[in-house]
Amino acid sequence: MKLTGAQILIECLKEQGVDTVFGYPGGSVLNIYDALYERGQDITHVLTSHEQGASHAADGYARASGKTGVCIATSGPGATNLVTGIATAYMDSVPMVAITGQVPTSLLGRDAFQEVDITGITIPITKHNCIVKNVDELAESIRLAFKIASEGRPGPVLVDVCKDVTAAVTEYTPISIKETKTKEFIKKLPEVNESILAQAIKAINNSKRPLILSGGGSIIADIKDELLTLSEKALIPVANTLMGLGSFNGMHEYFTGLIGMHGSRVSNKANSECDLFIAIGARFSDRVISNLKRFAPNAEIMHIDIDPAEIGKNIKVHYPLNGDIKAILRRIIEAVEVNEDKKAWINQIKEWKEKFKKKYVDDGTLKPQYIIESLHKLTNGDAIIATEVGQNQIWAAQYYKYSRPRQIISSGGLGTMGYGMGAAIGAKMACPDKTVINVAGDGCFKMNCNELATAVKYKLPVIIALMNNGVLGMVRQWQTMFYDKRYSQTTIEGETDYVKLAEAFGAVGINVTKPEQVEDAIKEALKSKDRPVVINFVIDKDERVLPIVPPGAGIDELIHE
Amino acid sequence: MGKHVMGVLVKNHAGVLSRVTGLFSRRVFNIDSLAVGTTQDPEISRITIVVNGDSYTVDQVAKQLDKLIDVIEVEHLYKEESVTRELMLIKVKATSQNRSEIIQLVEVFRSNIVDVSATSLTIEVSGGSSKLEALIEMLKPFGIIEVVRTGVIAISRGE
Repeated sequence: MKLTGAQILIECLKEQGVDTVFGYPGGSVLNIYDALYERGQDITHVLTSHEQGASHAADGYARASGKTGVCIATSGPGATNLVTGIATAYMDSVPMVAITGQVPTSLLGRDAFQEVDITGITIPITKHNCIVKNVDELAESIRLAFKIASEGRPGPVLVDVCKDVTAAVTEYTPISIKETKTKEFIKKLPEVNESILAQAIKAINNSKRPLILSGGGSIIADIKDELLTLSEKALIPVANTLMGLGSFNGMHEYFTGLIGMHGSRVSNKANSECDLFIAIGARFSDRVISNLKRFAPNAEIMHIDIDPAEIGKNIKVHYPLNGDIKAILRRIIEAVEVNEDKKAWINQIKEWKEKFKKKYVDDGTLKPQYIIESLHKLTNGDAIIATEVGQNQIWAAQYYKYSRPRQIISSGGLGTMGYGMGAAIGAKMACPDKTVINVAGDGCFKMNCNELATAVKYKLPVIIALMNNGVLGMVRQWQTMFYDKRYSQTTIEGETDYVKLAEAFGAVGINVTKPEQVEDAIKEALKSKDRPVVINFVIDKDERVLPIVPPGAGIDELIHE
Repeated sequence: MGKHVMGVLVKNHAGVLSRVTGLFSRRVFNIDSLAVGTTQDPEISRITIVVNGDSYTVDQVAKQLDKLIDVIEVEHLYKEESVTRELMLIKVKATSQNRSEIIQLVEVFRSNIVDVSATSLTIEVSGGSSKLEALIEMLKPFGIIEVVRTGVIAISRGE
C-alpha cells in the first residue's frame, strides 16, 4: 500500500509492538504527529514538559519493562534536549530508539531554522544513528534501529528523519515483529572459548574464597535464577554494583551489598580477601575499582560479559569469558562442584555481615536512612524505586532491599541529576500496577520538577520522596571531608515551598520534619490513585553517605563513621 | 609501544569516517596515519590505520572498532604477513648546479620526477615508510619545500 513517510513511521512502531512513546511536537515532526493522530490509536503518546523528560521517561520505561523505550522530538533544540537522556541510556546500556525530526533535505547544511547536526552530535553517545533522506529507506531504518537497540549489549539508537521524507509517499509492505526478530544478528554474538571455560570452572572449584560481583548486565540478561543457583550451589557470596541491584535478592544471606566507593564493609573486605573475583555483566568502573593496585589484590579475576571490548579494558583478566552470560552461567552451574572448602568462607561472610551491620545514629531527628527503610517496609519491598543522583541515590541503593531485577531505576554511569522524575513517569507507564517512588534530592528535583505536570496530566500516582537538605548533599559531603569545609556554591536552600509547588502543579504535597510523621506521610501518599505526591522530608544538611572510599584510596580503606 | 597496521572494512556511508576518527579521539588512541579508499565492492570502503601503542591499545582499538555497526571487519596486518606501501610527493629546491645530483638520487630510490621548474623538482616515490624517510633525509640538504604523504596502505600476503 502507498503511505507517506510519517504514516510508515507509525506503522513501523506498531510492527515493533510499541505501545507507549514519550515526546514533544514541533515543526519538523508535524507530519509524524499528524500520522500519530490519524493511526496511532494503539499507541499512548505521553506529552512531557521538556524533551529531556521524554528521553528519561523512555529510558525509565525501558529499564522497568525490558522493552525498547521510544522518544520523539523535533529538529534543533528538540533534538539537543534529548542528548542528556540519550547519553544516560548509552552509559547504562538501555535499549532506546530516539526519533528526531530534521529540516527538509533541500535545506540540509544551510543552517536552516532549527537545524542541527544531531547525528553528528550523538555519534559518541549512541550505539548507532542515521539520518533518513529518502522515504524508501525509512521503514528499514526504523526496523534496524529497534534491532540494534535491543540485541547484544543494548543501547540507544537515533533516527533523524528529514521533514520532506515524512511527507513523501512510497510503497509500504508491513512485516511482523517475528520476521524482524528472527533475522540474523547485526553483529554476531561472541561464542565462549571452550578451553577458557573449562579452566574457569576448575578455578571456581579450586577456589577457597570466591566472590561474585553482579552488574547491570545480569539484569539485562535476566540471570536471576542462574545467579541464585550458582551462589547457593557453590557457596559463593554475591556483591552488586549499583546497576546490578535486584539481580540477586538483597535479603539473601549470601548477599554482601554494594561494592566500591560506597560499598558495604562486607563487600569491600571480601574483595580484599577473596582468591577468585568473578565479575558478571559488570564493567569494572572507577566507582567500583577505586585504586586499581588495592583491588582484589589476592585474587584471580574472572570476567563474564557479552561485550568483548569490556574484557580487559579496565583490569587485567585471568579468565575472560566473552559471550551470552546466561548460557555461560548455565554451563558453569552444570560443572561446578559442591565444595566444603567454601563453607568456612561463607561463614566468615555471615560473621562479617553481623559484625559490620549497617547502622546510622538515631538521635531523634529525621534520618534519610530511616525514610528509605520506612519506604521499604510500607511498600513490602515491592515498589519500583527511581532515583536522582547523589546522596539520595546511594541511600536508596543501600537501604531499600531489592529482591527482583528492574526494581531500581538509576543513572549509574552518567550520573544524571534530574533523571529520576522522567524515569519514574516512564516506569509507571510500563508498570501501572506497581508503586513507583522517585527518591530525590532537592537539587535534582529542581532540575526537572516540570515533569510533575506530566505526572498530573496522565494521572500517574508516582511518589516523590524528596530528601530536602537545602544543599547539594554529595558535593557538600566532599567539601566537608576533602575540601576543608569550603562550601563553594553548594547551598541551595531558599524560599521554595515544595508543598505549594506540588499543589501548583496539581499534585499533592506533604511536609515531614519529624521521624514520627514519616509512616503516616508514606501511607497517605500510597493511598493516592490518580495524583502524584511530593513528600518533602526536611533532613539535616550534614547527613552523610557512608561508607565512602576517599579519592585515590583502595576500596579496603573506606571511611565508615 | 610500537606501530601496528590494521585494515578496517566499513560500509561506504557518509559519516563512517567521522565515526571511526571520533572513536580514536574519544578513547585517546594515538594514530600515526589513516588512509581510506573504496574496495572492489563500491559499497565497501577500506580504512588502513597505523596505531601507535602497546598490545593493550591495539586490542582495545580493534574491539571498539568492531562494535561500530558500520564496521564489517577489522583485520590485523602483521609486518611479516603483509605488504605495506605509502605514496609521497616531495618538492625540493633545485638549481642548475645540483639538479642532476638530485636526479641521480631519484633513480637510486626508484622514484619519478613528476614536475620540474626553474627552481624546484617534484618527486613521486612509493614504498615502505623507512624508504620514504630515507629519501627525505637525503633531500634535506637541498631544501625541502613541501612533503605530501598518503599514509600507509597494506594488504595481506598470499591468498
